[in-house]
Amino acid sequence: MGAGNARVSGALRVTVKLFGAFRQAAGAGSLTRSLAPGSTLESLWLDLCAEWPALATLRAARLAAINFEHARADRALADGDEVAFFPPVSGG
Amino acid sequence: MATPRFLITAEPLALEPLLAAVAAAEHGAVVGFLGVVRAEAGLAALDYEAYAPMAERQMAAIAAELGARWGPLALAAHHRVGRLAVGTPSLALAVGAPHRAAAFAAAAAFVDRLKEVVPIWKSAVPPGGAGEEPR
Repeated sequence: MGAGNARVSGALRVTVKLFGAFRQAAGAGSLTRSLAPGSTLESLWLDLCAEWPALATLRAARLAAINFEHARADRALADGDEVAFFPPVSGG
Repeated sequence: MATPRFLITAEPLALEPLLAAVAAAEHGAVVGFLGVVRAEAGLAALDYEAYAPMAERQMAAIAAELGARWGPLALAAHHRVGRLAVGTPSLALAVGAPHRAAAFAAAAAFVDRLKEVVPIWKSAVPPGGAGEEPR
């Protein structure tokens, strides 16, 4: 796996931030995960849902970001990324 | 210390420093706006939470978008987090522009976009409660 990948080391380490109902479902607002090369936002999400099944019920109301920018589910993750999952925003 | 243009803060908001931050010789219009926690039945306060580093970057990105659309503008916006009682400002915004039409339009558009893309959340606190009811 990852043969076509330029990364030097195999695993990639990401920080995950969770907010609102997402934090409540996981019981933590910040965690780190080591992922296989080729991991995407969606594969990370599925990993987290396997750990905390309550997260899966929030999929329809899920927004996500990588490195402080809104991101789509198919985006590939890189070592050192900060990923966030959160509900629709309601500021102002 | 200079006032940061875009800030998430737990401290009370002040509009005056933001107005000063966007003032410029070529700005014939400076618009100030405060978003305030509105009284509603069964509401004592709102608990605001933000993903601060992303919220600050997104506010700056909105300002850049608006500059591309409305011409040369200066914007500054601070959003408060924590428990804010009814009547307390939650958002302070200042926009400077050469003419008032652009300043008013950009101020309105900034708040609209903030409510769409900036990671800030509020939850209602009923009187006497420590509620977590999503809003």
